[in-house]
Amino acid sequence: MVEELLHSQAGIFNFGVFFLLAVVLLLVVLGFVTYAILAERKVMGFMQLRQGPNQVGGRWGLLQTVADVLKLLVKEDTIPKLADKPLFIIAPVIGFAPAFMVMATIPFTDKLQFADLSVGLLYYIAISGLTTIGMVTGGWASNNKYALLGGMRAAAQMISYEIPLVMSVLGIILLTGSLNLNEIVAAQENVWFILLQPVAFIVFLIASVAELNRIPFDLPESENELVAGFTTEYSGFRWAMFMLAEYVYMFAMASLTTVLFLGGWLPLFSFLDFIPGAVWFALKFTVVIFLLIWFRSTFPRIRADQLMEFGWKVLLPVALANIFLTAIIKEVMNLF
Amino acid sequence: MLRTEEMLLNVGPQHPSTHGVFRLVLKIDGEIIKEAKPVIGYLHRGTEKLAEDLQYTQIIPYTDRMDYVSAMTNNYVLCHAVETMMDIKVPERAEYLRVIAMELGRVASHLVWWGTYLLDLGATSPLLYAFREREMIINLLNELSGARLTFNYMRVGGVKWDAPEGWIEKVAEFIPYMREQLKGYHTLVTGNEIFLNRVKGIGKYTKEEAINFSLSGANLRCTGVKWDLRKNEPYSIYDRFDFDVPVQDGGDAWARYQVRLAEIEESLKILEQACEQFPAEGDILAKVPKIIKAPKGEAFVRIESPRGEIGCYIASDGKKEPYRLKFRRPSFYNLQILPKLLEGESIANLISILGAVDIILGEVDG
Amino acid sequence: MSGEKDLEQQKKEAAAKAKAAALAKMKAKEQGEAKEESPAEDMDLAKQKAAAAAKAKAAALAKMKAKEQGEAKEESPAEDMDLAKQKAAAAAKAKAAALAKQKAKEQGEAKEESPAEDLDIAKQKAAAAAKAKAAAAAKAKAAAQAKQAAGAGDGDDDDEKAKAIAAAKAKAAAAAKAKAAAQAKQAGGAGGDDEKAKAIAAAKAKAAAAAKAKLAAGGAGADDEKAKAIAAAKAKAAAAAAAKAKAAGGKADAEPAEEKKPSVNQPYLDKYVKVINENLGSDVLEDYYINNLSKDVPTLIVKADYYYKLAEFLKYNEQLGFDYLSELHGTDYETHMEVYVHLFSYKNTQSVALKVKIDRNEPTIDSLQPLWEGANWPECEAYDLLGIKFKNHPNLHRIMLGEEWVGYPLRKDYEPYDVEV
Repeated sequence: MVEELLHSQAGIFNFGVFFLLAVVLLLVVLGFVTYAILAERKVMGFMQLRQGPNQVGGRWGLLQTVADVLKLLVKEDTIPKLADKPLFIIAPVIGFAPAFMVMATIPFTDKLQFADLSVGLLYYIAISGLTTIGMVTGGWASNNKYALLGGMRAAAQMISYEIPLVMSVLGIILLTGSLNLNEIVAAQENVWFILLQPVAFIVFLIASVAELNRIPFDLPESENELVAGFTTEYSGFRWAMFMLAEYVYMFAMASLTTVLFLGGWLPLFSFLDFIPGAVWFALKFTVVIFLLIWFRSTFPRIRADQLMEFGWKVLLPVALANIFLTAIIKEVMNLF
Repeated sequence: MLRTEEMLLNVGPQHPSTHGVFRLVLKIDGEIIKEAKPVIGYLHRGTEKLAEDLQYTQIIPYTDRMDYVSAMTNNYVLCHAVETMMDIKVPERAEYLRVIAMELGRVASHLVWWGTYLLDLGATSPLLYAFREREMIINLLNELSGARLTFNYMRVGGVKWDAPEGWIEKVAEFIPYMREQLKGYHTLVTGNEIFLNRVKGIGKYTKEEAINFSLSGANLRCTGVKWDLRKNEPYSIYDRFDFDVPVQDGGDAWARYQVRLAEIEESLKILEQACEQFPAEGDILAKVPKIIKAPKGEAFVRIESPRGEIGCYIASDGKKEPYRLKFRRPSFYNLQILPKLLEGESIANLISILGAVDIILGEVDG
Repeated sequence: MSGEKDLEQQKKEAAAKAKAAALAKMKAKEQGEAKEESPAEDMDLAKQKAAAAAKAKAAALAKMKAKEQGEAKEESPAEDMDLAKQKAAAAAKAKAAALAKQKAKEQGEAKEESPAEDLDIAKQKAAAAAKAKAAAAAKAKAAAQAKQAAGAGDGDDDDEKAKAIAAAKAKAAAAAKAKAAAQAKQAGGAGGDDEKAKAIAAAKAKAAAAAKAKLAAGGAGADDEKAKAIAAAKAKAAAAAAAKAKAAGGKADAEPAEEKKPSVNQPYLDKYVKVINENLGSDVLEDYYINNLSKDVPTLIVKADYYYKLAEFLKYNEQLGFDYLSELHGTDYETHMEVYVHLFSYKNTQSVALKVKIDRNEPTIDSLQPLWEGANWPECEAYDLLGIKFKNHPNLHRIMLGEEWVGYPLRKDYEPYDVEV
């Protein structure tokens, strides 16, 4: 459906349709974020002997996040006097826009995908890297030392972990011979890549947690050290945009993990294919999200220099070795 | 060539990891600390000055507010000083109640430390586990004294309230439970690779430095000095209990961590024995004069609080108020080594080092 | 622990033995005396008597020796306090022996004057002497016990009385010893000494005998408590009677010691003073004493000029080695200021309090920070709250109140400064 639209003539109508679809996706994503936050709070509450939200919106606190978002939106918009005003204002936008852009290439099912790019994976990685600029900008523009330190940490961390992230998926690209996410899913018809590329999966998982700035890699905003990192001076809806970006990335990263390693919308066993692909996708996706939340409530935070060391001295060599090994195995397989 | 310059960073007085109103002025180069200057006094309430106009019994509530995480030891040190001067013999039952209360307080204090230290290191869950156990202790102490934090429980010559019925049994029940939980703590945190990386070799000092800087408690025992006033200069009835003084010789945050967790176990041992030996009946308050007047002269006593050596100096001119009252507050002394430890460390390590010292700002500022 | 328990048992056994010995001796002596007083003066009787007396004497001596040995063995690990007691006992014994000898002589003379002048008079005399000696020994022992247990040696010259109370005394001694054992057990001696020393100190302060009795009872109670603790605090009701008995014992025990031995820390103080006088001269210290109110801490008052020098000496001297500064603070005494420093040595596990008086109008004193880093902040605190200036302090600042604070709050004449008032 989207494919046809993409190839149809440009016009007011088509634009309108695209815009509408984008808004729908945005709402879906926002809905996800709302309940992802609630889920996170509930799951963490469960793990930490607490209740979690249970007042607003019935026994399950279903409207808690909605209330929180409303509160953030009506909150007074404060900009520090000595801040670099234009940069301060634009930083959350730079941070948030790429998060939403990457959603376009994710194939949720074989039909539900906005842009089936032939370089989908590359697009995802390239665009997601842009968010860092938003963080650094925000940190710099705040004219706050904690924010600056947080921004610098964010930049260093993103650069360090983007590389192993890309390297780890190279093995998959070698095996499928394509950067197209649809083709990658299709290649997992028989066996998921998590089984073929376990090392790559572990490297990818670690690097993705680091990319998401989540514990144990939440250094850019580590509250116990830098108060709130690059978001120290932000409040209200600007802060909400950073938070939103973070959770949208969580959504995107979990989707990508599902697509790359867990077979996307494909059923666990072929006889279970009467269950729609969307359900399968949602299930796998939920498992990944749960894992991320579990990490958050279990691990202490790693130190900045250890983080760098780990990224460059451990993850990168392992990822490279994985590529090497994959290439050899692929060649050997081709011989027979 | 890029031009770099040092930056001044104020950590505190409001900061998530300073455990109160404590300020550190850092001179940093990137994230590396070149110089650290602690600024204290935000919580100075002039307890010593106030005490000069108060009768001894009236001072006890003020001591609660010094080390508010283990107020029982503070209560005790004042009462002990006055009792030493007046040569009051505390009834046996009162001594047992005091020891049980103090040791429960010690366990609670170390639990708070454990939880908040890990929170400082970014782990959110341990805090809640530690507070679950601490809550039980607080409830026990609440039943005993009627207060959850500022107990005002001890009096010169004994304690204010007798143990409610079945209380000792409740304490005895708590001990095996706490032991079980402690195992869980070790499973959850002690073996964690990230945690070990954050504490091993961090904030290291030698035995000589520790002594020279007047460190005490776990901060001293982590360097291999086997010294615990409960064992080495027994006060109250600590000589009746069989317990060990945990020592490590690393001198780093990791050693301090181990010492403190081991101390919880030792405290549980003491509690266990105290519950067994607890006299079925007896007075809880010695026969003391209505208005307590310490004899003319001066006294300095020191006991072991969870944070180290807490001392109380009283100079009396024979009146019902002390002429001069001074507390040797362990956190105040322990904090002195901080600038030395922070030099050349990163900001992340600052949090780890500061947390491992285990300070209570109410005590630092007096 | 087990060693101490053994010790206790040994002591108990020794006490029991002593009691038995005393009883036996008493009996023997009574017999001897009875015989002596009988008018019969024939040879055989005399011989018999002599034999019996000799036997009794030998037994008494042997027993005494055994007991002494036992005591020596027991008391050697205990503190010097016991040693002093022993010595006192020995002295008392000697005195008693002298008395006894005198008596014996008198008796002998009386006998000599008796009309019997047969050949065996020598024998008789010998018997009499032996008897007398036995009596003396018994008396001496009784006296020693009495002295040791109660220190009330007045009634001792009366043989009969001594005999009568010997058993009781022995019991008391046993109790006292048990107490000593308890104290010895109490932890490396220090605690026990403190306890006793405290009792002594307070006793000194309070002149009234009633107060003393009460106090000693309290002390005994403490020991009783400890004993109970050892016995896992089980038989509490039964202990009440024992406690009473021990109270007597404890009282008697503490008081004579008081005059002889003021404090266990006295030797330490003497040592410090000696070392200081030897090395720094005798005009360094203004005063020195044992602070009985403060767990008997040796206290040195140093002249302000020598303050730093003495502190340095206290830290670096081999014999003193006070490597730990436990506490430092100032006090305003209106006539003068005082800085109180509590030092501790991890090497010797000994404390010392160092005090220095300084001029109130110009409160300046050397800083100890170059010696103990730990003195850094406490000195800042003293400066902040009392206005005592510490020379050579690297960073003396108002640590609590801030530099803009007016006045020094812990001074007695401090008036709060408030701009708005």
